[in-house]
Amino acid sequence: MSLLVRTTDDLALDGGPGDVVLPGRGRRTRTLVWLGVAVLLVVGLVVAAALVSGGAGDTDLPARNEGPSPDHPFGTDRLGRDVLERTLVGLRLSLVVGTSAALGSGAIALVLALVAVAGGRVGEAVVTWLVDLFLALPHLVLLILLTFALGGGTTAVVLAIAVTHWPRLTLVLTAVAREVAGSDHVAISRGLGHGRGYVARRHLVPHLLPQLSVGTVLMFPHAILHEASLSFLGLGIDPGLPAIGVMLSEAMRSLSAGYWWLALLPGLALLVVVKLVDTIGESARALLDPRSHHL
Amino acid sequence: MLTTPVARTALRLARVVSLLVAVVVGSFWLMAASPVDPVQAYVGADVAAIGPEQREQIAERWGLDDPPLERFAAWAGNVLTGDLGESQIFGEPVAVVLADRAAASLALMATAWVLSGVLGFALGVLAGVRAGTVVDRVLSWWAYLLASAPTFWVGLLLLYLFSVSLGWTPVGGAVPSGTLPGEATVGERLHHLLLPAATLSLVGVSPVLLHTRQAVVEAMASDHVAFARAQGERGWGLVLHRVLRNAAGPAVVLQFATIGELFGGSLLAEQVFTYPGLGEATTQAALRQDVPLLLGIAMVTALVVLVGNAVGRVLGRVVDPRAAVLAA
Repeated sequence: MSLLVRTTDDLALDGGPGDVVLPGRGRRTRTLVWLGVAVLLVVGLVVAAALVSGGAGDTDLPARNEGPSPDHPFGTDRLGRDVLERTLVGLRLSLVVGTSAALGSGAIALVLALVAVAGGRVGEAVVTWLVDLFLALPHLVLLILLTFALGGGTTAVVLAIAVTHWPRLTLVLTAVAREVAGSDHVAISRGLGHGRGYVARRHLVPHLLPQLSVGTVLMFPHAILHEASLSFLGLGIDPGLPAIGVMLSEAMRSLSAGYWWLALLPGLALLVVVKLVDTIGESARALLDPRSHHL
Repeated sequence: MLTTPVARTALRLARVVSLLVAVVVGSFWLMAASPVDPVQAYVGADVAAIGPEQREQIAERWGLDDPPLERFAAWAGNVLTGDLGESQIFGEPVAVVLADRAAASLALMATAWVLSGVLGFALGVLAGVRAGTVVDRVLSWWAYLLASAPTFWVGLLLLYLFSVSLGWTPVGGAVPSGTLPGEATVGERLHHLLLPAATLSLVGVSPVLLHTRQAVVEAMASDHVAFARAQGERGWGLVLHRVLRNAAGPAVVLQFATIGELFGGSLLAEQVFTYPGLGEATTQAALRQDVPLLLGIAMVTALVVLVGNAVGRVLGRVVDPRAAVLAA
C-alpha cells in the first residue's frame, strides 16, 4: 500500500512530459515499458525501411502528386514516388547519421574528459578551451565550414556531423570524472602507488560509462536534426537520395500548389523518430541514474 | 592569485580574444584545405570557356599559388585594416554585403529573440507555479515537442497555413515583389517579417520555458518560499517577490547563450521564406563556394556568439548575485 501511495505522490510531483498513469505500477516499470516500446519502434522502422528500400525510387508518373490514400498513406511526390517509402528510407539514413555521430563524438568526448582530469591543470585548461572554441561558432556554420573543407557530398556531411557533437558531453563527462577523481577511493588508490593511467582505467571509466552511453544516445536527435537542416539547405546529403531534409526542400517548392502532405508527413515522421530516440536516452538515464529524475 | 576583479576581467578578455583568433585561423585553414578549386567555383559553368592561361592569371591575381601561410598573412593583414576581401557571388566588398544583410537579419533575429525570451520566461513561470496542473502539462508538452521540431519544418507548416491556405501573409521576401527595398513601407516590412519571426520565436521558446519552469519549481519548494508562506504571503505576490528573481538569472544567461542557435535557425527560416538576410547569404556563399564571404560570416558570427555569452554571464550575475559567489 505504501508503495502505491508513493507512486501516485511521485506522479503529482513530477508531472513532466512522458508520464502515463498505469495504475498500480511503479515508475521503474513504467520507464522500462517506455524504453522497450521506443526501442521496438526504432527497430521496426529499420526493418520496414529495409523491406521497402528497393521500391523507394520507383517512379509512377500517372500517379504523381496524389494526396494520402490507402494505397499511398503519405501520398506521392512530383515523380509519383511513394512518400511513405521514401520517408522510411530517409529515416534510416537519419539513424545512420546519428549512429556515426554517437560513435565519433562519443569517443572524442571520452578521450577529452580523461585528458581533462588526468592531465592536471594544463589538461583541463586545454580541454575547456577546445570546448569553448567549438561552441564559439553557430553549429550550422561550423558544419558548413567543415563540409566545405571535406569537399562536400554525403560522406563529408556525415563526417562533419560525427566530429562536432562532443562539446556538451565532454563537459558532462569532465564534471563526473572530476567528482570521481576527488573521491576518497581514488585518493587511496593513488596512495597505494597506482599511476594516473591505472586510476583512469580502473576507477574513472566505470563511472563514466553509464553517462557516456546515455549521452551518446541523446546525441542522436541533435545529429539527425543537423543533417536534415543541412540537406534542406542543399548543403547536405546528395539531393538524389531520399533524405528527410531533401524531401522537405522539394516539398517547399510545391507548397504553393497545395501539396501539403509532402511537407507535413515526412517532417512529422522525423519529429516522432527524434522523440523516440530521446525517450530511449531519457529512460536509460532514469534507470541508470535515478537521482537525476528526483530533482 | 588573480583574485582582483580587474585581473579576472583581463584574463577573461584574453580568453575571448584567443578564441576569436583561433576561429579565424581555423576557418582559414579549413577553407585552404578544401579540395574545391576556387577558380572553378568562381567561373562556374563557364569553366570550359576559359583556357589554362586565363586560369593561371586568375590564380596568380588571387595569390592561389603562394604557400598557405603567406596567403593567410596577406589576408589577415587586410582584415586588420578592415578589408575583408571581395565577395565573389555578390561582386561587392564582403564588409558591405555583411552590413546590408545584417541589417535585414537584425530585425528578424531581434524580434524573434525578444519574443521567445519574454514569452518563454512568462510561460515558464506560469508552468512552474502551476506545476502538475493541466496548464503545466500542456505547456511542457508543447515545449518538449518543439524542442525537437526542425525549424524549417515549422516554417513550412506556417507558410502553408497562413500564406497558401489563408492568404494572410506573403509567400516570401522582405518586401512585396516588384518593390525596391528602399520603397517599402514599414507596414509592408512588418507584414513580411511576421511569419519568419513567428517561426523562430515558436521554436526558440522551448529552452527558456523548460529551464524557467525547472527553476521556478525549485524556488517554490525552497525554504525561503516556505518561510514567506508561513508569514502569510500568497498568490502572484509571492511569485513576484520571492521566485521571479531566482528564475530570471538562468533565463538571462540561457537566452544570451542561444544567440548562436538563433543564427542557425535564421539560416533555415530565411531559406523557407526567401528572406534576404545574413542566413540566406550564408547558404548562398556555401552553395556557390564564396570563400571570402564565408570567412567574413564565420568571423562575425563567432564575435556575436562570444560577446553574447560574455554579456549574458555579466547580466546573469547582476540579476542573480549568488551565481558569482558559486563560480568564484
